[in-house]
Amino acid sequence: MDRDDVMEKVTEIAREIFDDDELVLDDETIAADVDGWDSLTHLSLMNEIENEFEIKFEMKEVQGLENVGELVDVILERIS
Amino acid sequence: MYRFRELAKASKKEVDGKEYRLAVLGNVATQFFSQSVGGYAHIEGMNLKVFDADYDQIDAQLLDPSSEVYAFRPDYILLYLAADRLYEEFMKLDDSGRRNFAEDVLNKLSSYWDLAGKNTNAKILQTDFTEIDDKAFGNFGARTEVSFNYQIRKLNWMLEEAESKRAGIYPVDLLSVQTSLGNDRFYDPVLYYNAKVSIALDSLGYVAKQVVDILFALQGRVKKCVILDLDNTLWGGVIGDDGLSGIEIGELGRGHAFSDLQLYLKSLKQRGILLAVCSKNNEDTAKEPFEKHPEMVLRLSDFAVFVANWEDKAANIRYIRDTLNIGMDSMVFLDDNPFERNLVRSMIPEICVPELPSDPALYLSYIQSLNLFETVSYSSEDADRTSMYQAEAKRRESEAAFSTIDDYLKSLEMEGNAAPFDELHYPRIAQLTQRSNQFNLRTVRYTEEDIARIASDKDYVTLYYTLKDRFGDHGLVSVVVMKKETEEEFFIDTWLMSCRVLKRGMEEYIINRLVKTAAMNGAKRIRAEYIPTQKNRMVEHIYDDMGFDCIGEGLYSLEIDRYKEHRTYIK
Repeated sequence: MDRDDVMEKVTEIAREIFDDDELVLDDETIAADVDGWDSLTHLSLMNEIENEFEIKFEMKEVQGLENVGELVDVILERIS
Repeated sequence: MYRFRELAKASKKEVDGKEYRLAVLGNVATQFFSQSVGGYAHIEGMNLKVFDADYDQIDAQLLDPSSEVYAFRPDYILLYLAADRLYEEFMKLDDSGRRNFAEDVLNKLSSYWDLAGKNTNAKILQTDFTEIDDKAFGNFGARTEVSFNYQIRKLNWMLEEAESKRAGIYPVDLLSVQTSLGNDRFYDPVLYYNAKVSIALDSLGYVAKQVVDILFALQGRVKKCVILDLDNTLWGGVIGDDGLSGIEIGELGRGHAFSDLQLYLKSLKQRGILLAVCSKNNEDTAKEPFEKHPEMVLRLSDFAVFVANWEDKAANIRYIRDTLNIGMDSMVFLDDNPFERNLVRSMIPEICVPELPSDPALYLSYIQSLNLFETVSYSSEDADRTSMYQAEAKRRESEAAFSTIDDYLKSLEMEGNAAPFDELHYPRIAQLTQRSNQFNLRTVRYTEEDIARIASDKDYVTLYYTLKDRFGDHGLVSVVVMKKETEEEFFIDTWLMSCRVLKRGMEEYIINRLVKTAAMNGAKRIRAEYIPTQKNRMVEHIYDDMGFDCIGEGLYSLEIDRYKEHRTYIK
């Protein structure tokens, strides 16, 4: 799975969680850019990503990532 | 099980039907918990509104009579004290504090129950405590008073004991969810330390199911009967082909799994669930193992109805339903054959048909995992329920011998009695208000606590009715609650009756005694109401039949001095 595939999957999950079929994510996207992305839905999003990629985020990753690009990097690192 | 995101989405959906209100209070962050319960309820068709109190607000919300929780006017209050939080408190204590830990927590819970009871009529749902074995003493902790695992187990036991002695508290068994999922699935340390959420998101559906199961039971939606196939369901093999010595039942080999299933069914019967047989067999062949096989656990006397023939199963199930006079949605059908299961499901959508695993070794644990038999009461009369239905079958047989219904009713030698609610009967009275759906004029559900309150309230006049005849004792079959609107005008808040005693003059007997009792208490007029539900059409016109005047849509009135006593054969 390459970077684009991961981004695509993450976007798909985010569309589900934030209930927005048009949502587009890129490396620069941050939570504040997305309607409904708050501290609670964030945890739900991370949970779905963990289930989808069969990985487990560490504590600092759940709260500490800067943007979607960093999130995708962590996923790529875990699944490789 | 539903995933958290499905539950979160469903929690926002609107559902039709009667609205119920649940307030959730916890010592950890409970938003996800609340969302999950709301979502699960919505998926199951319950119109549940959930109020989530903020993190660690239990004391503040319960102490303040004008708090948000009370203003929400909840029907139910759920109290959730997560063991993880308690464990942190425990670790800060010295040995004497640790020794008293279980008592102290239980005292705190009791004070919450008292406060909630003082400020609302809400029913309390109380979670129990998941286990944390911190290995501070290794295995020795199990016998060391100052270890957390010793105290948390003691606390669970003390909680159960306290709940058993106090009406109005309904346990939510979180520990059973932790045990069945395993702690690695139940608890997510990253989530806990990030967000003070003590149950893993993927496990919340299982917890929500427990809560919603209890709410359904509190709303009177319970299972009352299990209908059983025989061949390869209650025993291994086919009795018609393999014969008495060929079927598998008993301690040996595969028979063991079927024996344990039968033991479980027998214990359900002992707690008041009716058992019925629906088998494609000749009747004699089907009955033979119950009569002659030495290792059979269930016997013919354990079944309320036994149907073995070559008709289709849906038709037979309808026959069983008519004989028992209970709702289709209160019945469970167990059959190993997928064809029969699908047939019954498609013909009778309301009935519950578990998708039994193909391996009989898994039947029992699978059925148990579904938690089909949730209840919110248990009374000693439950145990006799099967024999009551059997006596009813005998009555029906004897009915055929009489040419007129009057002759038949006379022959029954019926004796009735009516008395105000007394403490001994509170559990059964409460249970009838929770379970009765068909002969129930206003379908008001009461808990034991409510019943006790009504019984001692001077503004109410209460009656419970018993009936027996020469075939047996029906026990407590009807409940009436009258509210004094004024000195002279009473209102029938509740009238319900067990359908077992329909059409033998009990309705008339009840109204005769009701009117007499109301008059003795000073009433000149009795008002009544019929509130239609999906299930109580059978009593739509009962007040008309009983001589009340219809004064509006579903509203009735009776002037006592114009009342003519109805004729009955009940002494």
